[in-house]
Amino acid sequence: MATKLGLKELSKKEVLISSGHRMCAGCGAPIVVKMVLLASDYPVIASNATGCLEVSTCISDYTAWKIPWIHNAFENAAATISGVETMYRSLKKQGKIDKEIKFVAFGGDGGTYDIGIQSLSGAMERGHDMLYICYDNGAYMNTGIQRSSATPFGADTTTRPAGSVIPGKTEQRKNLTKIMAAHNIPYTAQASPSHWMDLMKKVQKAFEIKGPKFINILTPCNRGWRSKTDDAIMLSRLAVETCYWPLYEVENGATKITFKPKKKKAVIDFLKPQGRFKHLFQPENEWAINKLQEGIDKEWERLQKEESISIS
Amino acid sequence: MAKIMAVTGNEGVANALRQINPDVCAAYPITPQTELMQRFSSFVSNGKVKTELILVESEHSAMSACVGASAGGGRVATATSSQGLALMWEILFIASGLRLPIVMPVVNRALSAPLNIHCDHSDAMGARDAGWIQLWSENAQEAYDNTVQAFRIAEHMDIRLPAMICYDGFIIGHSIGVINYLEDEDVKNFVGEFRQLNPLLNTEHPISYGPLILPDYYMEFRKAQDEVMSKVSKVVMEVAADFEKISGRKYGLFETYRLDDAEIGIVILNSAAGTSKDVVDEFRNRGIKAGLLKPRLFRPFPYKEVGEALKHLKAVCVLDRADAFGGSFGPMFLDIATSLYPYKEKPLLINKIYGLGGRDYMPEHAELTLNELTDIVKTGKIKTFKEYIGVRG
Repeated sequence: MATKLGLKELSKKEVLISSGHRMCAGCGAPIVVKMVLLASDYPVIASNATGCLEVSTCISDYTAWKIPWIHNAFENAAATISGVETMYRSLKKQGKIDKEIKFVAFGGDGGTYDIGIQSLSGAMERGHDMLYICYDNGAYMNTGIQRSSATPFGADTTTRPAGSVIPGKTEQRKNLTKIMAAHNIPYTAQASPSHWMDLMKKVQKAFEIKGPKFINILTPCNRGWRSKTDDAIMLSRLAVETCYWPLYEVENGATKITFKPKKKKAVIDFLKPQGRFKHLFQPENEWAINKLQEGIDKEWERLQKEESISIS
Repeated sequence: MAKIMAVTGNEGVANALRQINPDVCAAYPITPQTELMQRFSSFVSNGKVKTELILVESEHSAMSACVGASAGGGRVATATSSQGLALMWEILFIASGLRLPIVMPVVNRALSAPLNIHCDHSDAMGARDAGWIQLWSENAQEAYDNTVQAFRIAEHMDIRLPAMICYDGFIIGHSIGVINYLEDEDVKNFVGEFRQLNPLLNTEHPISYGPLILPDYYMEFRKAQDEVMSKVSKVVMEVAADFEKISGRKYGLFETYRLDDAEIGIVILNSAAGTSKDVVDEFRNRGIKAGLLKPRLFRPFPYKEVGEALKHLKAVCVLDRADAFGGSFGPMFLDIATSLYPYKEKPLLINKIYGLGGRDYMPEHAELTLNELTDIVKTGKIKTFKEYIGVRG
């Protein structure tokens, strides 16, 4: 039977990513990994794209991973775990292995939205029994906060810095969750560590579904977001409450919003505590905040429509 | 199956893979490898093998999936050509760095631009320093035999390195030649059960593959790779000796043809060696002491043995089916020159580039080369160190 997702029960489970790794203080990524692994009732094998999480958790003869773990390259976490999963199926079919094992890939937004999207799309289309977790912190944080296709509109990054002529990123973010749902895989979801129960429920559900699954998890990075080290959970909560990062799932084509804020907050509440949006609060950039808000409103409306179509 | 068959090189290698029966194969179509994987896929669809096929969306993912599957703990194969190998390039180094015994036939084809689907060796030569073992094959029989032996070499517990089997696209891959097949059971016994080493699928003993290694230990890893490379020749010879027992066919690190008492010689890889041997015979009939050396194990290159085999000649031409642009000479020339460098008495060396993008290599090319070597021996003078042959002005 699946572990009950209560704090009492979870506190008894072994944490499968050890402390002592070298992620920055206040980073959201190890919190996400911890939650994902805690939510599994099965042995898990992980692949990891090159990135913050990878370089900081397995250096020389130290590893923070208490599960089998493989890092191959930047753009191929999905193809790599698809290979491991296929070997598992082959050996299982031959009677050389009998255990039930689950397979998960972790990649940042650079390794998932950008350089890894082909590998991810291919693995999903092939129907491997795997879960892909994107920890989306909205830029290439490992290499020094460069712009990615997940970087929000208007954000200041090192390759699209807010300057006197260009006010940060001039394009809207790519909606990867929607792209993954369009693969018609059995399960796609969006989650946030602020809503840990929702996140873990989604992971637990995903592990019970055969086939390819994708969960996009907003993961604050205080270095890149220019925020306080203890603000990760607060910021990810604001992202949800402003509907910048709606929590929803698409199961067998049906969309379900898993958290609806009682009163949708204005996006400025999410932007204000982050230095990467500081320049947007200059009077001449007011239009940019309005544009961001419009984009969020439109997307939230669309999502609600999709949900209503799914229900009817 | 009748033992002696007239088949294409690709069909022969597909049958070798069927007999070896890998646990996982990940592949992506590219000319002229296509026929090989199509035939193998039909073995999968018809239950002739237990292999799980991963039909990936690119060669980059093919090699990435092979890395995952091999680390998982089983026997893994793939195959490619040309641009496909070039796209895999990044992951080739990861496969060898992680010491994963993946086996990959490379059906040699030219690299773009300009786009060209025909044979030359630019693809595999571009990957020669990727830490893979490379076995080169003159004909369909050798491609088949090398494929069978490659698994034993790559998976040897002293080695655990990935291996490529190179054979000429179209010329061997698509042309019908004679193959003397081994019995399925003999191949099965010859390659044996796959022996796992640190399998990722063992969840009882979790291990981490692919760590970040900074300046404190990175160089030690590289030195270990260099050291394991130095052990490959010995294993190749041991495996060849075992192979001879089941096949009656003899293999070494390279083949020498009428070389022992030769004064002039050609060094050449793969299918063009066959044409050249005929011409060597003609020169011998005329009383000219010509000979030939055809490398088989190209990586790691057996410098010492090749040097010993060539040092007594007076003049040697290395014929390269690829150029190493900016390196002044073709890639194989550089290795042959290095092999001979330690000797005080050594042959005069010239380099010719031939057959790029499927340009035919004809007997007259070997003839022209051997005539030039005869002149060099006579005059003691080299007119042109490096030259493109079979090419317009």
